[in-house]
Amino acid sequence: MSEQHGSWSGFPEPTHHSVSAPHWQAELNWPAGSRTLAYGNGRSYGDVCQNPGGNLTLMRGLSRLRFFDREKGLICAEAGVTLGELLAVTEPAGWFLPVTPGTQFVTLGGAVANDVHGKNHHLRGSFGHHVQSFNLLRSDGRTLACSRESNAEYFRASIGGLGLTGIITDVTVQLMRVPGPAIKTETLRMANLHEFFELNRASSDFEYTVSWIDCTARGKQMGRGFFIRGDHTESPPTPPLKRKSVPLTPPLSLINRLSVQAFNTLYSHKQWRKSVTSVQQRDSFFYPLDGLRHWNRLYGPKGFLQYQCVLPSLVAESACEEMLGHISDNGGGSFLVVLKAFGDIAPEGILSFPRDGITLALDFPFEGKPTLDLLARLDAITRAAHGAVYPAKDARMRGEDFRFYYPDWQQLDALRDPAIGSGFWQRVTGDT
Amino acid sequence: MNIIIVGATSAMAQHTARRYAKAGNRFVLIARNAQKLTAVADDLRARGAECETLTLDINDLDAHAGCVSASIAAAAPDLLLMAHGTLPDQQACEQDTALMMQEFATNGSSSLALLNEYARVFEAKGSGSIVVITSVAGDRGRQSNYVYGAAKAAVSTYLSGLRNRLSKCGVSVIDIRPGFVDTPMTADFSKGALWAKPEQIAAGIEKAVAKKRNIVYLPGFWWAIMLIIRNIPEVIFKRLSL
Repeated sequence: MSEQHGSWSGFPEPTHHSVSAPHWQAELNWPAGSRTLAYGNGRSYGDVCQNPGGNLTLMRGLSRLRFFDREKGLICAEAGVTLGELLAVTEPAGWFLPVTPGTQFVTLGGAVANDVHGKNHHLRGSFGHHVQSFNLLRSDGRTLACSRESNAEYFRASIGGLGLTGIITDVTVQLMRVPGPAIKTETLRMANLHEFFELNRASSDFEYTVSWIDCTARGKQMGRGFFIRGDHTESPPTPPLKRKSVPLTPPLSLINRLSVQAFNTLYSHKQWRKSVTSVQQRDSFFYPLDGLRHWNRLYGPKGFLQYQCVLPSLVAESACEEMLGHISDNGGGSFLVVLKAFGDIAPEGILSFPRDGITLALDFPFEGKPTLDLLARLDAITRAAHGAVYPAKDARMRGEDFRFYYPDWQQLDALRDPAIGSGFWQRVTGDT
Repeated sequence: MNIIIVGATSAMAQHTARRYAKAGNRFVLIARNAQKLTAVADDLRARGAECETLTLDINDLDAHAGCVSASIAAAAPDLLLMAHGTLPDQQACEQDTALMMQEFATNGSSSLALLNEYARVFEAKGSGSIVVITSVAGDRGRQSNYVYGAAKAAVSTYLSGLRNRLSKCGVSVIDIRPGFVDTPMTADFSKGALWAKPEQIAAGIEKAVAKKRNIVYLPGFWWAIMLIIRNIPEVIFKRLSL
């Protein structure tokens, strides 16, 4: 059977893959004569979830829970369950995911394979830090029970291992006890980038910190925006967000110079007071974009590129300034720029992206060469700063840059299952 | 709430069960494959429900009575969901009568046999819901799958009579007629705009039970499609390739 499966950004264009769709663990198999790749819910942005010319093993059919220990907060589930589906079960019992990315639609397997992070890296590290164990199916027929104690090399390689070490069939996660799912937040207006760094230093006791900045602001106003910090609080349960949807892909990107400029100007003036506190429900705090289904369609048929990098603390301020300068000079701009700090917690995986520093995430509508040229200039800054670009969000970084950012990539390659391949890995390692 | 599910490893049954899986609810899961049953039961237990599993080959009619009494031994059921079935290879059935009769048994007469047993249980209890997943295919025979259609039509007709009988004692009998649903049973079909996910069907089933509905097309637009299909005059219908 052949089906078209894409990534979230629509770039590169979705391609046809032969697929297998197991609904039971016993149905997981290895297609003869071609490499496969586990595909979750298609929420990674570039080609880490693509396998051109090969097979995809669609994992969403494997979405059963195995057990949930309500005393210890330990949950085990098949890899195809989404984080939102897990939260629906754990929240009423007072347990929350210790790390959650900006969407609840990613699968558990994808969260491990991309070692996703949230707004609390400075305290909790990344998703992999909370994985107690998982089972890894290898094409030689073995199932490896991986943890920090057993098959530890496969454990480290698979966390952030982009699905290359085998098929992760089920995962056990240690949850975090919370007083309630809602978040008491404080939103602080920042006049410029320098204030971000000051606020960040002053906010290390908060569970969650993140900032949104206006990338169209220049000069002394560069980096103006909002710094948001928050903690879990007791509050009434989340009323479901009214979900809206983008029903179809418009012929042209609705996100362009004009709308980016207008949005950023409006957004940066949404709050005049220096500080506003509120209690936000879980979905609006963690998953604001999940409220708009198919928001990726706003970028039109050509899709978009996200650029997410991490810049080491020491040089972060000047490197951020340089990047924002390039972007505002370019005039295109990004709809929203997200800036947050990672803590100095040692990465769990060989290829984990989160590391000590400041991470910056930007979305650009794909407009061909000008977009690629701009991102190449950002690459040069990241590289000079000894930072790194996030594979889960990438569709175009050069292989030599990847190998520079992730010098231990060969350790992962050595443990890669020979029956697994991905578009990303082919592109950055030259593997065919 | 005590819930019995026949064909508990089917995709629609699993998704429906998840909607009812919470502390205080108790399931008896019946299916052929013990390994799959264990996986489904573990999932529902992790969600807080109690679970018991029984294996049954649906075409082993002699085993029905024992299975039915085992399934009600601990508690009288409030909800029975029957979701077992296969999608017969119509052309193979045309060439092989034994195969056709077996498919008819799996999708039709096995349901009637079990319903006959459970009907007395619900009648004695005087409350609860019997929910059976049939199909829009039972509304009219089409050359592409009339063996399946005939079996489902038999079940639907039986349910109509059973509803008539049990409505007097407060038991609702609900005939769920899904259209195209993306499940392992239909894995080989290419999916178009009319296809629904089993999660949607599960939500529809839960709503139908809450509202004590009688015949429910899922998703709802199939009601309109089948209204048209049922009303095409036979002189024209027989010439169509459906």
